[in-house]
Amino acid sequence: MSVLQRDPQDQVRVLDEDGTVVGEVPDIDDETLVEMYRYMRLARHFDTRAVSLQRQGRMGTYPPLSGQEGAQIGSAIALDEQDWMVPSYREHGASLLRGLPLKQTLLYWMGHEKGNEMPEGVNLFPPAVPIASQIPHATGAAWAKKLRGEDDTAVICYFGDGATSEGDFHEGLNFAGVFDTPNVFFCNNNQWAISVPRERQTASETLAQKATAYGIDGVQVDGMDPLAVYSVTKAALDKAKNPGEGEGRPTLIEAVQYRFGAHTTADDPTVYRDDDEVEEWKAKDPIPRLESFLRETGRIDDEGVEAIEADVKQRVADAIEAAESDPRPDPSEMFNHAYAERTPEIQAQYEEFEALREKFGDEGFLRE
Amino acid sequence: MSSQNLTIVQAVRDGLYTEMNLDDEVLVMGEDVGKNGGVFRATEGLWNEFGDDRVIDTPLAESGIIGTAVGMAAMGLKPVPEIQFSGFMYPGFDQIVSHMSRFRNRTRGRYTLPMVLRAPYGGGIRAPESHSESKEMFYAHEAGLKVVIPSTPYDTKGLLISAIRDPDPVIFMEPKLIYRAFRGEVPEDDYTVPIGEAAVRREGTDVSVFTFGAMTRPTLEAVENLEDEGIDAEVVDIRTISPLDRETIVESFKKTGRAVVVHEAPKNGGLGAEITATIQEEALLYQEAPVKRVAGYDVPYPLYALEDYYLPSVARVEEGIREAVNF
Ligand SMILES: Cc1ncc(C[n+]2csc(CCOP(=O)(O)OP(=O)(O)O)c2C)c(N)n1
Repeated sequence: MSVLQRDPQDQVRVLDEDGTVVGEVPDIDDETLVEMYRYMRLARHFDTRAVSLQRQGRMGTYPPLSGQEGAQIGSAIALDEQDWMVPSYREHGASLLRGLPLKQTLLYWMGHEKGNEMPEGVNLFPPAVPIASQIPHATGAAWAKKLRGEDDTAVICYFGDGATSEGDFHEGLNFAGVFDTPNVFFCNNNQWAISVPRERQTASETLAQKATAYGIDGVQVDGMDPLAVYSVTKAALDKAKNPGEGEGRPTLIEAVQYRFGAHTTADDPTVYRDDDEVEEWKAKDPIPRLESFLRETGRIDDEGVEAIEADVKQRVADAIEAAESDPRPDPSEMFNHAYAERTPEIQAQYEEFEALREKFGDEGFLRE
Repeated sequence: MSSQNLTIVQAVRDGLYTEMNLDDEVLVMGEDVGKNGGVFRATEGLWNEFGDDRVIDTPLAESGIIGTAVGMAAMGLKPVPEIQFSGFMYPGFDQIVSHMSRFRNRTRGRYTLPMVLRAPYGGGIRAPESHSESKEMFYAHEAGLKVVIPSTPYDTKGLLISAIRDPDPVIFMEPKLIYRAFRGEVPEDDYTVPIGEAAVRREGTDVSVFTFGAMTRPTLEAVENLEDEGIDAEVVDIRTISPLDRETIVESFKKTGRAVVVHEAPKNGGLGAEITATIQEEALLYQEAPVKRVAGYDVPYPLYALEDYYLPSVARVEEGIREAVNF
């Protein structure tokens, strides 16, 4: 029986908090399991460094992901090459797995438009900042795949618990239900939308049960259990591409988890939440949990962990170095991408702009 | 009347606090406005003061926030919903233009909506995507709304209180670049600054410079710099985008015969176009030079690495003024 065929209240779990197996271990090869761990460590280390860069004034406002690695990596690693990912603004780990280099993510949060330049063949939408606005895009993208007969392709879309209050969430899921599109809607329920707790978003008992309203499947998973997340996402992706008799394609996954840090580096969570709560959730940290499972089952040892640690540090250091040594964007870039070709008006504005920069020099031009 | 030395964002908070104390019907609602005191701290402490029913943390849903405020206002309450950033007003745009602006008209004057929709707007604070736009003209284009943009702490409190007391719906856009840039004297008691009146910030005879919001500062600075070049400019702070104080604009222009408009919104369809047209219609024969617009460009607001190049700089304003004067 599919892991999706259960009551939306009945949370899927594979590993308990100390990494003991309490559910059905998904069918994944050893190498992938270790990769999963490596990427979770990479995401965590990246996050820690990114927050520190912001504090040092080397980066702008940044939304941290610590605590959410299990959900991001566990789900993204379930995608096939041809699948598409539609992220929010917090999916640095999932986007990395999809093929967006860490350097690009850094550039974006350093305020360079270039951070959004997807490498060729990377099936990833740019981060969406207006909450929930990307959900209908994901439905449309999946719908397009269906209309074009590309039945081997599904689209995963990430958003937070707060996003489920927006109209776009409801419209996106409703269309998916009506047109039976190959979508996986992945809600990162990290308990808080900035300072507003999950209970203030909805009176529903779970977010997963909202699927019922749209006639699609809803499932709740322990979002800090990467193996459970993998199982559920894989099953949902498979169903999206190849539904059984009488099954619908779209699924809403609610991954229950926690954001350890601030909403963004501009936010102070001590104003609205208790340390006790944070500590309680830190005990469920997805990283030691997976590590303990990998050690117990002999898939990794001290040496393996150390090698991964060294690799992760190197990769992040390289990415920071690469991003910071990237040349500052050329100001004229601003005029290049509003349309395929600059309109006469924009061309005139560009010329006036360049003439003034020429006349005053950049320092004089930007003088405050 | 005793006064305090406040920033603009503190003046917003003080305006809300003052009016909520005087009028039980006034309430504040929005994302993170309660316990958190707003992401810019514009509602700080109000929740402790007035409780859950008057300072309401809502679900994350702008159409819901604005739409329910419309319903509350129709029943006689005076809701002051906050939209966290003006770049997120669009999910509620339908409620603003289909209902908030038209309730009085649709009921032939029987009902109106005494509500104030507040939002920080504008760029220059190195914020992420969608956090820096200057789209005030969307709302100015819509009949039935008043659109207010203060530039000083004193005006902020006085205009906000006027907006709350106004029987019609007001969009109150707060220039977040100058939320904390400086302080000014703000009376502790309640007072009002009239909606629909521009303020002459500096008198001059050579050229009229029209501006508002965060751009008043670089404009005043540019004008000061140009004194050395012998240019005596008048600076008019528009303060209310709609209804526009055309009289003050025309009067100033008749005196100087030259005009520059400075705003951070895109040039195309910006307030500069409206001011220029007003001058053409009402003071053509006084005109000594073409009206110069110093504005944002007609491109999407860039990520922050380039935003300083996008926003009108002091140098651009100075050059615009020189052009108008030396024509
Ligand atoms: C339409 C819209 N309204 C408001 C905001 C401001 N804002 C940014 S993130 C956020 C909270 C989002 O919470 P949630 O959806 O749970 O996602 P999380 O950040 O927790 O991953 C808010 C209110 C926004 N970005 N877009």
